[in-house]
Amino acid sequence: MNASNFVEGVDFSMYLILSISVFFLVGITVVMIYFLFRYSKKNNPVATNITHNTYLEVVWTIIPTILVLIMFWYGWTGYKPMLTAPDDAMEIDAIGQMWKWSFSYPDGKVSDSLVIPIDKPVKLNLISKDVLHSLFIPAFRVKQDVVPGKDYMMWFTGQKLGTYDILCAEYCGQLHSYMLSTVSVVEQENFDNWLVSSPDTSNDHPGLTLLKNNACLSCHTRDGSRLVGPSFKNLIGRTEIIVRDGNEEEIVVDNQYIINKIKVPSSVSVVGYPSGLMTPYGEILSDDDINNIIDYISTLK
Amino acid sequence: MTDSSVSQPNFFEVKKGLFSWIFSLDHKRIGLLYLYSVGSFFLVGAALGVLMRLELFNPGADLIEAKTYNQVFTLHGVIMIFLFIIPSIPAVFGNFFLPIMLGTDDVAFPRLNLLSWWLYVLGALFALSTLVFGDGPADTGWTFYAPYSVKTGTNVSMSVLAAFILGFSSILTGLNFIVTIHRLRAPGMGFNQMPLFAWALYATSWIQLLATPIIGITLLMIVAERMLGIGLFDPSIGGDPILYQHLFWIYSHPAVYIMALPAMGIVSEIIPTFAQRTIFGYKAIAYSSLAIAFVGYFVWGHHMFTSGMSGPAAYIFSILTFFVAIPTSIKVFNWLATMYKGSINVQVPLLYAVAFIFNFLIGGLTGLVVGALAADVHLHDTYFVVGHFHYVMFGGTGFAFFGALHYWYPKIWGKMYNKLIANIAFAILFIGFNTLYFPMLILGIKGMPRRYYDYLPEFHTLNQISTVGSWILIIGLLLMIFNLFKGYFSKQKAPANPWNGITLEWQTQSPPTLYNFDKAPELVEGGPYNYPNAMKG
Ligand code: HEM
Ligand SMILES: [Cu+2]
Repeated sequence: MNASNFVEGVDFSMYLILSISVFFLVGITVVMIYFLFRYSKKNNPVATNITHNTYLEVVWTIIPTILVLIMFWYGWTGYKPMLTAPDDAMEIDAIGQMWKWSFSYPDGKVSDSLVIPIDKPVKLNLISKDVLHSLFIPAFRVKQDVVPGKDYMMWFTGQKLGTYDILCAEYCGQLHSYMLSTVSVVEQENFDNWLVSSPDTSNDHPGLTLLKNNACLSCHTRDGSRLVGPSFKNLIGRTEIIVRDGNEEEIVVDNQYIINKIKVPSSVSVVGYPSGLMTPYGEILSDDDINNIIDYISTLK
Repeated sequence: MTDSSVSQPNFFEVKKGLFSWIFSLDHKRIGLLYLYSVGSFFLVGAALGVLMRLELFNPGADLIEAKTYNQVFTLHGVIMIFLFIIPSIPAVFGNFFLPIMLGTDDVAFPRLNLLSWWLYVLGALFALSTLVFGDGPADTGWTFYAPYSVKTGTNVSMSVLAAFILGFSSILTGLNFIVTIHRLRAPGMGFNQMPLFAWALYATSWIQLLATPIIGITLLMIVAERMLGIGLFDPSIGGDPILYQHLFWIYSHPAVYIMALPAMGIVSEIIPTFAQRTIFGYKAIAYSSLAIAFVGYFVWGHHMFTSGMSGPAAYIFSILTFFVAIPTSIKVFNWLATMYKGSINVQVPLLYAVAFIFNFLIGGLTGLVVGALAADVHLHDTYFVVGHFHYVMFGGTGFAFFGALHYWYPKIWGKMYNKLIANIAFAILFIGFNTLYFPMLILGIKGMPRRYYDYLPEFHTLNQISTVGSWILIIGLLLMIFNLFKGYFSKQKAPANPWNGITLEWQTQSPPTLYNFDKAPELVEGGPYNYPNAMKG
């Protein structure tokens, strides 16, 4: 059994064209090398000026035309079913942001990796919070760009139990190659259990959970090292040089500054760091959430 | 072609000194200015490529940081595309040989020609300035996709302005060639008596003239969005990122034919000369260039099959893409047929032409794979695509460029390189090239995405093979360059026509005189490749 319902169509078109290609590559190369020897200066001292041969030319126009139409056709038939998801597909939101995937199930469960029941069509509603991403599952032969501002979807049916890689295929900045996740295809029963299980009851500070779930830690470290943005360690009370309304000023970071930076990141930028990369979280995080985050950050000393 | 013509000073001798070069209006000198600049940037780009391969030798962070890696592949792409491959054959060999092959003394607008080289230099300075100004070179990939290119802190504005300026350089070259071909052909030379290289440049020039303005304005839109906050492409301020992709590829797909067509023109020159017989299917080759240029305008959408395109659009873009394959395959068959019943003199330029056909076949055939919708869904943005376009641009156009260099070397400098070393360098280069890029095709089929600083362990072995290939390639490249330099200093003079060619450039002395011909060149009767010594077909 193939890993997904699309493997067959994709692989057929891919290997069909690859085989025809190998045939022509080998054929033409062999003939070319044969000619180099057979008609070398030594073996054929006098050349013949042959200007054309209508019969041959018609043949080698028609044959490639037929072949490419066949190639096109299998490409199309393998692709067409990807465009429309079946009505009974299970819908899951797949959210891409620098540099993290998360999957949000209808009943509110949110997970960093995708878990799906076997033999059931799944439709992913693709949401990007910042730049372009592309959700790519090589084993399933599916890929779809995740474009901010567009409601795209992709669908597939997992047909073989197992865990497969999810990669980001559209370049999305510094840690693009680390934007990885997995999809696990499980029995329906296990899926149902998984869906109702509460997320790993860890002892994490609620602020830390929020930082993890919102991909804040993709850019900000907790140990003082530099990633994309300034580290959270010793943040509160630190003196920083920022640009506000085009003017440089020196400030001491306090709670109000952090709240503002989380809600409207474009209003200030810290000198020495790229501006414009951070997503505005005003609509995503509640005031309580932000307080939790600040509370957690204040513990990072 | 008498020996008395040798007494005329050649174009190197008429004037000396730096200024006589950088302000020269002579198409041959401008061609060489381009050769030295384009060649230098090729080496810089190749060094960056090798650096990437070193980083990818093992998974994990080794030599450079993730952000640096991203800047390196962007700079590598920008240099290779805008500073090397687009100007390469037209600006170097087109400038040098088009007027000579048409039997005239210069291009139509020598001053514009010089201006376009200066614009090239200015654009190059802009591109390099990102190394010192702002937060370093762009880290967006050479495609500058929005909205990342709008948001990132690196110096995107400078990089796209560089491409903008280089676009003008390219437009002016195209304009110059179109007018030259229409107005300055030798008396008696109709369009159908032109060498095929001229035909290829003609088709290319129209693309340069008509498509380049679109990338120009699109890149300015990126700058406007970054500097003035106008919401064109970034959805968070009201723009549309997909619009950017369309505008970008409306130029950049035809640009692929700016890279490929001149190379096909070179091969169409080399093969008849070394087969000592007429080209098979002159008109088919000439007109298929125009056909490729024309159809090539309407296939840009095949870069966007996974970007949320509608079914009918995908259908149309895919089928049109396949149609481009038809004139392309016709050319390949014609080259093959030109070797049939030739009297083939196997020399280095011919080896490069044969290698071109082999590599370009792999490039073209893998292009068919990604032209098929279903297969492209899997392969898009993977290493399969990286392999594919290197086979086209480097294995194809790059090899044709080297072939042209070896073919016309004795004409340009009047000297000859060491043929044995040239053969060895060729062999190393060819093996290195294929070791470097073939594994990438397999990596792509296995699912490794491109622009990856780090990769999963299952991709390790193939990445290592590829990196070893890059070392072999570099050895071949350096040997080739060394040999060409050495030939320049050799005492031995090359004859005016070492390959027994019959296009017009072989009628003048080597190196040519300032105005190319002392007396009007004689057109070959019965078409540009009608070898007088060959039997009638
Ligand atoms: C020494 C020779 C070369 C080596 C080792 C090399 C290596 C590479 C590698 C490894 C990548 C992929 C980077 C990634 O996706 O992470 C790449 C990308 C690229 N290369 Fe090359 N390359 C070489 C020569 C060339 C030449 C001759 C051209 C064009 C004429 C070229 C054009 C490009 C372009 C356009 C990209 C895409 C950059 C992007 O993704 O934005 N390369 N090269
Ligand atoms: Cu991404």
